[in-house]
Amino acid sequence: MTFIPASMDMEGSNVKIAVLSGKGGTGKTLLAVNLASIAPESVYVDCDVEEPNGHLFFKPDIQSTETVFVKIPEVRASLCVGCRQCVDFCRFNALAYINQSLLIFDEMCHSCGGCTLICPENALSEKNKSVGRIQIGTSDNVTVLTGIMNTGESSGMPIIKELLGNSSLNEEFVFIDCPPGSSCIVMESIRSADYCILVAEPTLFGMHNLKMVHELVTLMGKPYSAVLNKCVDGDNPSEKFCIDNNIRISGRISFDNKLGTLNSNGMISARVQSTYRSMFESLLQDILKEASHETVVGSKR
Amino acid sequence: MKIAIPAGRNNLSADVYASLARAPFFAVYDTDTTGVEFIDNSAASSQGGAGIKAAQILVDSHVDVLITPRCGQNAADAINAAKIQMYKSIDHSISDNLKAWEEGKLDLLNDIHPGFHGHGG
Repeated sequence: MTFIPASMDMEGSNVKIAVLSGKGGTGKTLLAVNLASIAPESVYVDCDVEEPNGHLFFKPDIQSTETVFVKIPEVRASLCVGCRQCVDFCRFNALAYINQSLLIFDEMCHSCGGCTLICPENALSEKNKSVGRIQIGTSDNVTVLTGIMNTGESSGMPIIKELLGNSSLNEEFVFIDCPPGSSCIVMESIRSADYCILVAEPTLFGMHNLKMVHELVTLMGKPYSAVLNKCVDGDNPSEKFCIDNNIRISGRISFDNKLGTLNSNGMISARVQSTYRSMFESLLQDILKEASHETVVGSKR
Repeated sequence: MKIAIPAGRNNLSADVYASLARAPFFAVYDTDTTGVEFIDNSAASSQGGAGIKAAQILVDSHVDVLITPRCGQNAADAINAAKIQMYKSIDHSISDNLKAWEEGKLDLLNDIHPGFHGHGG
């Protein structure tokens, strides 16, 4: 692939690129899926575990499914003396002592393990609880990792940690499709990223959300650039925000009915049409060039 | 017998507070002494699990009856485990609700909502 900058095209090189935005529907998945599909031997990681949709585009052959477990406390009632040290300790109020017995509220538990450590009677132990699963599959050149949270769970954090700790992430190009927003699950999704792409819509609301993720990547010291999606003639508040804040714009994607139609039909535009392939290739080229530059500069810091 | 009602202010003329877990106070009326005590609800400032903690506070205060506009699933689990009876409040002051309960005019609270947890990631 000629478009790979020389500095990236070396043995053992690895670049993790996270795609994020302050709101849903800006084009995170559009970008992450298309970039992964044109990069040679890439990994696409869907960290939007509440509603993963990258697999709808890749339609991967599933090779394996792993269950994600967290530890939750379990009480041996015969050993519990009702001292309530665990109840007082738990910051998440996952425990209550009612009517001479300990109640455990599984979904409130953050798996810190503190209650089992603090129990003076050793009445508490830990057991596994499934919170979701990870599907690993392939779609042509792309290894597709999908995190899927069980319905009713309150946090996707354990699944995202498991996804980004997966062994297939240690090679090739990795594209991380983040959940929308700038909360802790997004922080976790970009923690190991070498480079972040902020996708933004050309509206005031889009600009506000861009500002939020911009603040996040700045706070976390991540190199980044913006991609302006759904661009139309006229004012683009997100573009203005980028210019005012010296944010590099890696690319602009026009508001395009054809692209939108392909995308809403679950097609990967870069795979089915050469014009889109060229568009995403030049975008990837810019991003990889920036990312490699940042990685080199970063390693010298 | 002790009857508890979530309260926004420590005053019997105050309206019943809209939330059980996040109420600043609980009014606790003792039918034996006819005295009222307002206890601080330290659960109100919890980041999560406020319903569970609020229920624990009510249980520890030896409440027998709870009059509330609504109750989440977790709090209801704890309250039911303690065999506290739950009645649905009417849109009036705390004292009006106590009077209505004494006259047997309040209905049992059956519509437990699933809770408002997990917002903000």
